Amino acid sequence: MNGHLPFWPVAASEHAAKVDALTFWFTLLIVALTAPVFILITVFAFRYRRGSGADRTHRPSGNVLVETSWMVIPFLLALGFFAYAAKLYLDLGQPPANSIVIDVVAKQWMWKFEHPGGQREIDDLHVPAGRDVRLSMISQDVIHSFFVPALRIKQDVLPGRYTSLWFNADRPGVYDLRCAQFCGMDHSLMIGRLVVLSPAQYASWLAEAGGSGDLTSQGKASFDRLGCSGCHAPQSQLRAPSLQGIYGRPAPLEGGRVVIVDDQYLRDSILDPSRDVAAGYQPVMPTYAGEVSQDDLAKLVAYIRSLGDEPAPANPGREPPS
Amino acid sequence: MADFVTLTKPFSAPRQQRDADFMGMYVFLATETMLFGGLLVLIYAYRVAHPEASFTAARHLKLWIATANTGLLLTSSLAVALAVLFARHGRRRLVGAALLIALMLGLGFLGLKSWEYWQDFEGGLAPGIGPASPLRSQPAALFINLYFVATGLHAVHLIIGLGALIWTSTAVLRRKVRIPNQAIVVEMTGLYWHFVDVVWVFVFPIFYLARG
Amino acid sequence: MTAAPLMSPDERVSYLAAGSTLRSWLLTTDHKRIAILYLISITGFFFVGGAAAGLIRLDLISPTHKLLTNEGYNRAFTMHGVVMVWFFLIPSIPATFGNFLIPLMIGAKDLAFPRLNLLSWYIYVIGGCVTIYVLIVGGVDTGWTFYTPLSTMFANGHVVAAAAAVFIVGFSSILTGLNFIVTVHKLRAPGMTWGRLPIFVWSHYATSLILVLATPVLAVTLALLSADRLFHLGIFDPSLGGDPLLFQHMFWFYSHPAVYIMILPAMGVVSELVSASAHKRLYGYWFVASASLAIAAVGFLVWGHHMFVSGQSRYAGVIFSFLSLVVAVPSAVKVYNWTATLYKGDITFGPPFLFAMAFIGLFTIGGLTGLMLAMLAVDVHVHDTYFVIAHFHYIMVGGAVSGFFGALHFWWPKITGRLYSLVWGRIAAILIFAGFNLTFFPQFILGYLGMPRRYHVYPPEFQVYHVLSSAGASILAVAYLLPFIYLIHSLRHGAPASPNPWGAAGLEWTTPSPPPKDNFRTTPTVTKEAYAYPVAATDEADDG
Repeated sequence: MNGHLPFWPVAASEHAAKVDALTFWFTLLIVALTAPVFILITVFAFRYRRGSGADRTHRPSGNVLVETSWMVIPFLLALGFFAYAAKLYLDLGQPPANSIVIDVVAKQWMWKFEHPGGQREIDDLHVPAGRDVRLSMISQDVIHSFFVPALRIKQDVLPGRYTSLWFNADRPGVYDLRCAQFCGMDHSLMIGRLVVLSPAQYASWLAEAGGSGDLTSQGKASFDRLGCSGCHAPQSQLRAPSLQGIYGRPAPLEGGRVVIVDDQYLRDSILDPSRDVAAGYQPVMPTYAGEVSQDDLAKLVAYIRSLGDEPAPANPGREPPS
Repeated sequence: MADFVTLTKPFSAPRQQRDADFMGMYVFLATETMLFGGLLVLIYAYRVAHPEASFTAARHLKLWIATANTGLLLTSSLAVALAVLFARHGRRRLVGAALLIALMLGLGFLGLKSWEYWQDFEGGLAPGIGPASPLRSQPAALFINLYFVATGLHAVHLIIGLGALIWTSTAVLRRKVRIPNQAIVVEMTGLYWHFVDVVWVFVFPIFYLARG
Repeated sequence: MTAAPLMSPDERVSYLAAGSTLRSWLLTTDHKRIAILYLISITGFFFVGGAAAGLIRLDLISPTHKLLTNEGYNRAFTMHGVVMVWFFLIPSIPATFGNFLIPLMIGAKDLAFPRLNLLSWYIYVIGGCVTIYVLIVGGVDTGWTFYTPLSTMFANGHVVAAAAAVFIVGFSSILTGLNFIVTVHKLRAPGMTWGRLPIFVWSHYATSLILVLATPVLAVTLALLSADRLFHLGIFDPSLGGDPLLFQHMFWFYSHPAVYIMILPAMGVVSELVSASAHKRLYGYWFVASASLAIAAVGFLVWGHHMFVSGQSRYAGVIFSFLSLVVAVPSAVKVYNWTATLYKGDITFGPPFLFAMAFIGLFTIGGLTGLMLAMLAVDVHVHDTYFVIAHFHYIMVGGAVSGFFGALHFWWPKITGRLYSLVWGRIAAILIFAGFNLTFFPQFILGYLGMPRRYHVYPPEFQVYHVLSSAGASILAVAYLLPFIYLIHSLRHGAPASPNPWGAAGLEWTTPSPPPKDNFRTTPTVTKEAYAYPVAATDEADDG
């Protein structure tokens, strides 16, 4: 124990400060709504104890106006807080466009991180202060939950499905990172550190950590090795759609539906290609389930993500070949 | 006719007892509805998540057997409804006959269903055992697994219903249940049997009919 | 109220004296005896679950020096959750006091289906035996929530057996709920209109609706989970096309309403206790009665608030958050009405009153911290932390268990025909209140600081709060044991109770204590509304 009694956690982001303010003011509202109950119970219990001489004539047994007021007023007061809390929550679902994307793989009982430059680390996550960081997270086994108390954020990490979380830590320092969803035997040991560095320190950390080529170029290598380029290269569009400029954009599917191409869609299309077939193509692609590792998937997705920045082909929603 | 009913302990009037019995049965069926409802909603959610795989998988199911079974079960419900009608009018032998017809039809359903399961097994659809599965995609296999779970759960209920039909028809024919005084017994069995029938009416389309 | 005509006590054989063989108990169809059977069995499980809690609190005194292995700790909190939720809290008040009192309160001879009632107890016992089996062979390590794919693919414990135990005991709940619904509809005494039903009956009616409609969904979910684990069907396994979140949706569709199964009966108890202690008609009868139904109805629509960070749609999260605020309104209505009932009352400070006040205090804190959890951005931070643990213990232990003990102290003279020591009763109530707060209040702070739930090893800076909590737990343990000493002592040495020792209104107080086998000599005819205070002297004097 370090001498002082912890009472309130440090706040390392603007979001954290907002959540704290929300908690504080809402607690005050709660106290304001509860205090009358506790005070009145005490006063009544004393004043109307058996044998006291208090006036007990005209006992009320109900009043619609009173009932309505204590139903409606607290509800309306809480509603304002609800709207603000919902706004903060929805913001968490909308990462800024130019965020640094870090891939997170959770497994029993460790966290694996991979930076855009290919730097990898386990259980520690280094990020620059003042930059928007988006985590693209997936689990290899059970459900985990990425929780940084100092940022007041948490998101479950699911097997088979990407979830994402973003933050902008503005105070350099070292903060705890914990798994919050019960994940088996060593759940309480699935902890790590979030190291927030100044941008300059982060740059030198990146250089030191090196990395075996950046994620995108590794993804390109996997793309060729696994034979994806045979069908998906821009010049061979007969059997399969080109992947240039599709990331982050809507893609029409067979059957008239439209999806936004994101990490999840790409992953699903690799592992279960016949599920959502691009409009105008036959479901001829074989499944790669069991053939690509979790790491390969992350690289492939990173590579296709990088293609998203390139100009889209002239006719993205290409007509079916006749 | 309810006035002849033998009163049991907490009740003070025949009408009260009859209403309570009916209400108890309906509440029980509400529970059963939530049981199957939960399962069917889950299946529906998978159909929405994997439409193509569901269509592919559904084409492997034996539609004609299921259709024949639907006919058998609906007809058996008619027989049970007639049994209830006869019970109210005190036609003991007719009650027994109608219940036995329903029993035969129910056994027919079960027989056809078993045969269908055997074909599914030979076709490689059974999870984990038997010949190799013709289904390439995991979601399609999952759809078939859910088919086994849902039709299996329905079959369990059907077997309980058959037990009730056997007991009721024997009891009526041997005068252990007196008609029309204890017609309520036939009515309760009938309600349960109709429920088993209605569940099938939902199970049938969600697996067999919606095949893309 | 017109009770049975006066007669000598010998003519009314009490239900306790109606047979003393084991057979007369194990084959009884008397709702009062079945209530006693339930009371004994759930008390047993209360101590099993309590022992697991004791183990957890002992283990958490030190952040790193441990009694248990990580695996052992996981099994301890799983057993604590499974036993306390399904084998104590869910049946606690309904299967004992509901079973005993509903027929008495509405002027019936028994529940509508007495044999079904006995069957429900046997099903409970079978489920209980399976749980004991799980405990003996080594337990389960999934948490009481059985989240997939941990439970279906990765856990080492006896998941299927534990799921089977819960599955089985669910049918016991369903049968109890079914019996209550039909009884309240069909067996009310002449003159006992819906508007004259005690709130206790209203809240049990609402509870029964949940029992009947939500429990089967849990049953099918656990069946699917077991099938998935045994045969690898892939229903909840993402690598086989399944969806683990669907399990959570189905689980919470039952398990959120399950919280209301625990708290609604306790609210019914407290309504009786407040009115009887204040000797005054409950304020806002119709609002309190309809609040129970409103809670039961809206309670079915808020399950998603357990999943704000699970990966479900954020817009769904907003809707669930809003509905969670809505469901808080009827709860608040009850608390305000209980407070208003005390106004101009004639309050006696017996143990029932103290337990009722403990309930109101603890439930209010639990409910309002629940509102904090409904605030989306706050929940993102405190979800799956000790804040949630503290919140639901305030509801389930502070609320439901205080209600249970309140009911035990209020109706004990009616059930056993004996008076217990009021002084010890007051001491127990105060100790429970103090011990409870010391145990669980520090956990709110721990949670906001970022201590996740189900953590065996924890950072040393949290130790001081864990030590406080464990200290409180030891007080709580003593406080919970205390009533069993003086209540059991009263069975032999307590003074005989009159029919109405508290001077309370209600049909159950017009029949002798303990009641005769058929409850009332002649079926009573009700002419007054519920809580008709002051109770006429002739009624109070009807003690033979």
